[in-house]
Amino acid sequence: MSDLRDLYQEVILDHQRHPRNFRVLADATRLQEGYNPLCGDRLILYIKLRDNRIEDIAFQGSGCAISTASASVMTETVKGKTIEEAEALFHAFHELVTGQESSEAKHLPRPALGKLAVFSGVREFPVRVKCATLAWHTLHAALQGRDETVSTE
Amino acid sequence: MSRIASLSAAEKRAVRSWTAESLRAEFPILQRQVRGQPLRYLDNAATTQKPRVVIEALVRYYEELNANVHRGIHYLSEQATLAFEQTRTAVQRFIGARSHREIVFTRGTTESINLVAWSFCRRFTQPGDEIVITHMEHHSNIVPWQMVCEERGLHLRVAPLTPEGELDWRSFERLLGPRTKLVSVTHVSNVLGTVNPVRQIVQAAHAVGARVLMDGAQAAPHLPVHVQELDCDFYVFSAHKMYGPTGVGVLYGKEELLEAMPPYQGGGDMIASVTFAKTTYNVLPYKFEAGTPNIADVVAFAAALEFLAELRMEEVATQEESLMAYTLQALQEVPGLVIYGRPAQRCGAIAFNLAGIHPHDLGTVLDQQGIAIRTGHHCAQPLMDWLGVPATARASLAVYNTFEDIDALVAGLHQARQFFRI
Repeated sequence: MSDLRDLYQEVILDHQRHPRNFRVLADATRLQEGYNPLCGDRLILYIKLRDNRIEDIAFQGSGCAISTASASVMTETVKGKTIEEAEALFHAFHELVTGQESSEAKHLPRPALGKLAVFSGVREFPVRVKCATLAWHTLHAALQGRDETVSTE
Repeated sequence: MSRIASLSAAEKRAVRSWTAESLRAEFPILQRQVRGQPLRYLDNAATTQKPRVVIEALVRYYEELNANVHRGIHYLSEQATLAFEQTRTAVQRFIGARSHREIVFTRGTTESINLVAWSFCRRFTQPGDEIVITHMEHHSNIVPWQMVCEERGLHLRVAPLTPEGELDWRSFERLLGPRTKLVSVTHVSNVLGTVNPVRQIVQAAHAVGARVLMDGAQAAPHLPVHVQELDCDFYVFSAHKMYGPTGVGVLYGKEELLEAMPPYQGGGDMIASVTFAKTTYNVLPYKFEAGTPNIADVVAFAAALEFLAELRMEEVATQEESLMAYTLQALQEVPGLVIYGRPAQRCGAIAFNLAGIHPHDLGTVLDQQGIAIRTGHHCAQPLMDWLGVPATARASLAVYNTFEDIDALVAGLHQARQFFRI
């Protein structure tokens, strides 16, 4: 079960049980839905942008421990960041959980991962990568101003 | 001389006695370990493992028989054709069809349903006519009908379920009427394991002049099926869910219906003669088998059918019934475990969730212990909506599953509860 401990680190279990920023944001300026049709995970991301900065962010939805914790830690991490900083974190997180360098983000500086590092164990579980990245893909789409539901398929 | 000693060799094989434990040695993959643990394979509704006789039949075909069928004058083509057609006869016997002309080989259950959806509806429906399905169908028995209904102006009617997860019979009967042209129903639910009252369904549909397709993908591996006794018009299933190779499906159809239906695909093998002025089609069943078929896998499928015939389907049903009863009992004792559906007769599959653990997380934890189950929507999203859950876990049984497999599953569920501190 030691591999499982690498995947489900304490921080992840804590965020799954007590997700942060798990609420509706009444004054959100962006709203984006994310959906993983494989497992039925679904989330709605609320973002309040002001002067190119994520002033507030929250989410609602249902999903597995990995996807819920990922959304929770993500909202904590990107709150107060600029759009560019959040996008850089999106690429860094993707690299962390897939173990593959993103060609799109080659020129971008690598931000410090901080608490996001607890998701490094996902790399050993390829079928769970989509769970971990659902919230981040949803954030990416919201920041790009796309309207359609994000799907990880 | 005892009765058994007086039987011929073939008949002797037919009375083979067996247990799940005794069969395991015949499945090479069950000897391997997964993640350092003995494999506990409980995802049989997705696909079953293959006995050595099937694997050897595949190898033997490629090493000794390989040639195209129905066209060569040479020895190998003749032998390959013979083996291919022997499987057709074996299928005919296995499901009690009247003629080998009623057995069409496809790529799988999905293709069999698509074939009937398009070919039957072209010949036998008018705009405004109705197709009836149920709320417990697999996507492959929903989407083809949606597609054909949209194109041909037909209406798709969906029979609801009772709280027990059975067909709501009174609502189903009310849906049947003079405009009903086809009723397409699963024999056994791939999620709830519900066994549908197939005889009554056929009688009720025939009473209003409708035809019936039975999706037998989850029934043929577990229950004796006799299409003439059942009197269904079409019966479809997949080889790979009943110990055969992937890529082979069967469409059984009553001869007079198949005869009246137009071809589904055009190409080689399905024609009698081709000119630019007029092409005439081949006789049944070849009219529906355009192009080079999946010869090797069809040939090896005969070994799977023989394997099951030796076990006797009545005995398969009996042994699996006692394992299912044990599974239900054992799962019910796990705190916080919810089993979906309470059908009077459950076969093959059992869907459940463990309170506080998402099925996807549960699947990962069990996988670490070598236990393979399915998690997700099981290609039955309308049924998930009806259950009010985005996903479930599902354990599904086969002839080689033992009480120890179920004990391992239950131990795994307890470990998952400990791990997530539920």
